[in-house]
Amino acid sequence: MEKIVLPDIKDIHHINVYEQNGGYTSAKKAFGQKPDEIIDQVKKSGLRGRGGAAFSAGLKWSFMPKTTDKPKYLCINGDESEPGSFKDRQIFEFNPHQLIEGIIITAYAIGAKVAYIYIRGEYHKWIKLLQKALDDAYAHGYVGEMMKEKFGTDFSCEIYIHKGAGAYICGEESALMNSIEGKRGYPRVKPPFPAQNGLWGCPTTINNVETITNVPAIINKGWEWFSKIGEPKHPGTLLYGISGHVNKPGVYELPTGMLLTDLIYKYAGGVPGDKKILCIIPGGSSMPPLRGDQIEGVKMDAESLKAVGTSIGTAGIMVMDEDTDLVKVLARIAKFYYHESCGQCTPCREGTGWMLKILNRLVAGEGSTHDLDLLVSVASNIEGNTICALGEAAAWPVRYMVTRFRDYFEQRVKKEVTLPVANKVHSMRHTAFPLAEIKE
Amino acid sequence: MEFKFTEENSKKIEDILKRYPTKKAAVMPVLYVAQEQNGWISGEVMKEVASLLGMPSDEVLGVVTFYTMYHQKPMGKYHLQVCTNVSCMLRGAYKIYDYIKDKLNIANGGVTEDAVFSLEEVECMGSCGTAPMIAVNEDFFENLDVEKADQIIESFKNRN
Ligand SMILES: Cc1cc2nc3c(=O)[nH]c(=O)nc-3n(C[C@H](O)[C@H](O)[C@H](O)COP(=O)(O)O)c2cc1C
Ligand code: SF4
Ligand code: FES
Repeated sequence: MEKIVLPDIKDIHHINVYEQNGGYTSAKKAFGQKPDEIIDQVKKSGLRGRGGAAFSAGLKWSFMPKTTDKPKYLCINGDESEPGSFKDRQIFEFNPHQLIEGIIITAYAIGAKVAYIYIRGEYHKWIKLLQKALDDAYAHGYVGEMMKEKFGTDFSCEIYIHKGAGAYICGEESALMNSIEGKRGYPRVKPPFPAQNGLWGCPTTINNVETITNVPAIINKGWEWFSKIGEPKHPGTLLYGISGHVNKPGVYELPTGMLLTDLIYKYAGGVPGDKKILCIIPGGSSMPPLRGDQIEGVKMDAESLKAVGTSIGTAGIMVMDEDTDLVKVLARIAKFYYHESCGQCTPCREGTGWMLKILNRLVAGEGSTHDLDLLVSVASNIEGNTICALGEAAAWPVRYMVTRFRDYFEQRVKKEVTLPVANKVHSMRHTAFPLAEIKE
Repeated sequence: MEFKFTEENSKKIEDILKRYPTKKAAVMPVLYVAQEQNGWISGEVMKEVASLLGMPSDEVLGVVTFYTMYHQKPMGKYHLQVCTNVSCMLRGAYKIYDYIKDKLNIANGGVTEDAVFSLEEVECMGSCGTAPMIAVNEDFFENLDVEKADQIIESFKNRN
């Protein structure tokens, strides 16, 4: 299988090696065409976002206004803070020039003169690696003023790295823009959408790192070629990140629509000790978990996962074996979202706190079956009632873990609920008597 | 204590300002420069950053407190960040975290008396495929167990 995003070419991160392998010729080809033609090809290729929502990249670009007197911006989302996701860092390290080439093509297509690459602050090493590649690209005239001469085009753009500082919420696109503007990373109410009102109120497009790294190949080899790889409705390859209880965790680039079981057993080497799988989360910790007995025949692409009640997310697959303490895992997930909620919306701020409190009670062995219903109810009250999708991200794992593993969770709360006296009275059907007269 | 940027850092800041259409947008990178120079973000640092970027001190404070990577107190020379999120947890991260806590006898966010180490339990660091991990200042150490984590800490102790 040909790899698109992380090709098996030694030292491809060096600009010279990248050039020797056809690097920056896709950009040259793109600048010979009209921006609309580029957008059209990307639309037809079927490329969908790799940052979580799997939205059509070409369609998103087409939302950018054609006539405006405001500057336009491109933001590349490399915040990569979703637990279970560790793919974008491979691109920064092993194929940074293809990302840079993708950025200049995208910037040209949407008419942006400035692009910001937002990278989580903890990725110090990868920021340095990408900065080195960017400096080289500038020095060779592929970015900045010099690109006019290099490519023989009127177009030029600048690319800057913006370093995050430890806040998961800044991966949400509107929080990301606030963060670049020098504000706290609070998500914005939508609409207006970024294409109308983004960075500094100007038209803005936000795409994930992996999404954009696919673009040069689409321009180079054509949208038809790309559209035939993997699943037709979600074509291309994915950087599947497999972690947890597998023998060979890591990032595997393979076509979309791989069988989950193949990924786990054939590529990631199966489960240590040949244990059974209790639970998997297919797309990063925000996505609904599946039971081990639900994954047979399930394919990894947006549509197939939707059909089994979960979501592709970032294709970060977390595998948990039969000895895993799911209550502890869920409590840890709840702790994460409680910590990362920005606090703007009451259902998210309060709800994440309640869910954590209840789950900690379960971990301590003090939970009741009533708590399980309460968890589901709190989760359901967050969903759809918040400014941004962190609400769903926090609610889904809780709601689906508790409902899909109901037996498991009930085992852990076996203790009977101690009912108040009045209830006992009721259950004994002594209601014919005045309650005060009943003696225990 | 009054805080002023070094000449070298002032030049760095000039470059940073060129990347954004507003001065305010430079606050995060400028805070990083300040933290590198000063070790942490003190009130004096915030005052200086605010006046430099022409924004109210409160707003700078708002940014500093929103993001976890700006330290509001001096940290240890080696700041240990242990990820305990799911992928790491499944591969023994809490054993490592608890071990370090006991070994250094500090709580989450604490600094050892000699100020050599500080400890922080952190969220997913993007090392899930090479879990468990700890980061020491800016460097990641991956595929760990308690023994290897211990060796890492010892080696930093000896370096000191
Ligand atoms: C809480 C939250 C965190 C997110 N984190 C990321 C992230 O780290 N990286 C990313 O690319 N998208 C992230 N997203 C999705 C972005 O908002 C946005 O949809 C995406 O960057 C668009 O790029 P794409 O269309 O190329 O996928 C996050 C969304 C939410 C709600
Ligand atoms: S849903 Fe949560 S994270 Fe998103 S804006 Fe509301 S409070 Fe903030
Ligand atoms: S869970 Fe620890 S690095 Fe991702």
